[in-house]
Amino acid sequence: MSPLLSLRNLRVSFPTRSGTFDAVRGVSFDLGRERLGVVGESGSGKSMTGRAILGLVRPPGRVSADRMELDGESILNLPERRMRQLRGARISMVMQDPKFSLNPVMTIGRQITEGYRLHSGQSAAAARQKALDMLEAVQIRDPERVFNAYPHEISGGMGQRVMIAMMLAPDPEILIADEPTSALDVSVRNEVLNIMDKLVRDRGMGLIFISHDLNLVGQFCDRVLIMYAGRVVEELPARELHNARHPYTRGLLDSLPRLDRPVGRLAVLQRQDSWRDAEITTPLPEGL
Amino acid sequence: MAHPDMMAGPGARPPSARRGARLGRQLRGVAGVLLSLALTLLGLLLVTFIIGRVMPIDPVLKVVGERATQAQYDAARLAMGLDQPLWRQFLTYAGQVLHGDFGRSISTGHAVTEDLRRVFPATVELATLGTLIGVCAGVPLGVIAAARRGRWIDQIARVVALIGYSMPIFWLGLMGLLLFYGILGWIGGPGRQGIIYDGMVPEVTGMILIDSLLSGDWGAFRDTFSHIILPASLLGYFSLAYISRMTRSFMLEQLSAEYITTARVKGLSERRVIWGHAFRNILVPLVTVIALSFASLLEGSVLTEIVFSWPGLGQYITKALLAGDMNAVLGGTVLIGTCFVVLNIASDILYRLLDPRAA
Repeated sequence: MSPLLSLRNLRVSFPTRSGTFDAVRGVSFDLGRERLGVVGESGSGKSMTGRAILGLVRPPGRVSADRMELDGESILNLPERRMRQLRGARISMVMQDPKFSLNPVMTIGRQITEGYRLHSGQSAAAARQKALDMLEAVQIRDPERVFNAYPHEISGGMGQRVMIAMMLAPDPEILIADEPTSALDVSVRNEVLNIMDKLVRDRGMGLIFISHDLNLVGQFCDRVLIMYAGRVVEELPARELHNARHPYTRGLLDSLPRLDRPVGRLAVLQRQDSWRDAEITTPLPEGL
Repeated sequence: MAHPDMMAGPGARPPSARRGARLGRQLRGVAGVLLSLALTLLGLLLVTFIIGRVMPIDPVLKVVGERATQAQYDAARLAMGLDQPLWRQFLTYAGQVLHGDFGRSISTGHAVTEDLRRVFPATVELATLGTLIGVCAGVPLGVIAAARRGRWIDQIARVVALIGYSMPIFWLGLMGLLLFYGILGWIGGPGRQGIIYDGMVPEVTGMILIDSLLSGDWGAFRDTFSHIILPASLLGYFSLAYISRMTRSFMLEQLSAEYITTARVKGLSERRVIWGHAFRNILVPLVTVIALSFASLLEGSVLTEIVFSWPGLGQYITKALLAGDMNAVLGGTVLIGTCFVVLNIASDILYRLLDPRAA
């Protein structure tokens, strides 16, 4: 079966005064109907990878790749007009903090129906019904109230569920979740994750879960990519995470406290220059 | 643990009740604003009164003239109430002002209120048209400059604004008159109307453009328009410079916001991202900028009024000041101050209506 999304040697670069800065330096992976975790520290290129897939790298940033295909169809550097038809409709994204990612002067209902109407061409009444259904699907108890509310009138956890409802309303095939729970209270984090997980699985979507939280990704995803300095340094199934071999992944894991293996002093990650250009330790699937 | 729904503010009241509560909060806010308006106006009156009294001009001398006898001088002083203590003078003055009486202007011989009623509409007409031009051109220019940041259109907008800031308006006015009136003959010359239409339009609002429309006199309208268009364009250009720069910087701030990325992720067209999402968020500060720019045109167009022989408020106050006509100066100052305060309050109220977070 062909993958939903296929990336080969994706590069994103920005010209700067002191030469070209490469934010992403040759990332390759395939995404099926699965939950793929992308983990890395700040500046490792994980968010930029997500934005490149959505065609949201603004000039003067440049995106190149040997292959970037959605359902076998190239989406690399499509004209903006064609890209807009994919964005939201087939690939969508949930961002970090609903406080900033929702428009403060527009009611939530309008924000949800806007994208849905654009892609489905439905009437206002149908879009409204769809929005209320979606709000119900993300377990908001009083959808009517939230539909008419402004973003500052709801909590962060609700805001993120609204974002999920909004992004899933046009039924995309791929959802990129860029640190979707980092801005949330720990108490509502799992709830939001479970809602997202259920919706994504029910619809048979592909999920790219971008996070810096190794444990979270380990629990939540099927497969994990570890990124460092714009490259994938290791790829492995989530349940094998504790068997990671790359020294960076090992360093990250060792710096986390573990209940089952208490240590007196946690290790500090020692970065090495050789990781920047290290080869991937797990072979990619055939036909790369 | 409580369900997250419960943590969200006003609980699960029906939407209509919540909208009612929002409106109630807005109304209370407006009441507070109106109270502060009254206090500000009182303070304004006090300050202008004190400035008027400490000015080294003897108001009595201005009335009776240089060659009056001491007895005449004393009588006039008594009649003007200047023997009273200052606080009583102020109360009397405030009482008169509340009744719309600013006293009599020495230079024109009319009641100041009457003079203001004559000159203010001329200024309002000019400033309103100028602001309209400034907004209609400046806002889109600022938005486009921000959306195309660093491109040629941004550079052009910058140069246009810079010229607007730095050119002396009287020079632009003279050159404009020379070119469009003197050489090309496209527009009417100085003044509000051509001589044949002078006094022909029945006065309703005092703004001749509107009055001529009301009376259906198209010839007068066209004539008035050809007189007002150049000074209004110059004032408009001046406020365009300011408005477009402010619009651009407000827009740049919003365009880098996260919700703009959200809008793009949804697949919206760039036009909808800019006008539907970012622009709606700059309306609040923009309204304030436009109100202040309008207020400054109301007071600050003296040079334009002089160059174009425009019988407006700026010219009136300047002449009164040079003649030591303090009643007229005070009246004009209070009027301008009131305009500032009222415009400020109006933008404050608009702000509450435009921003759902404010109420």
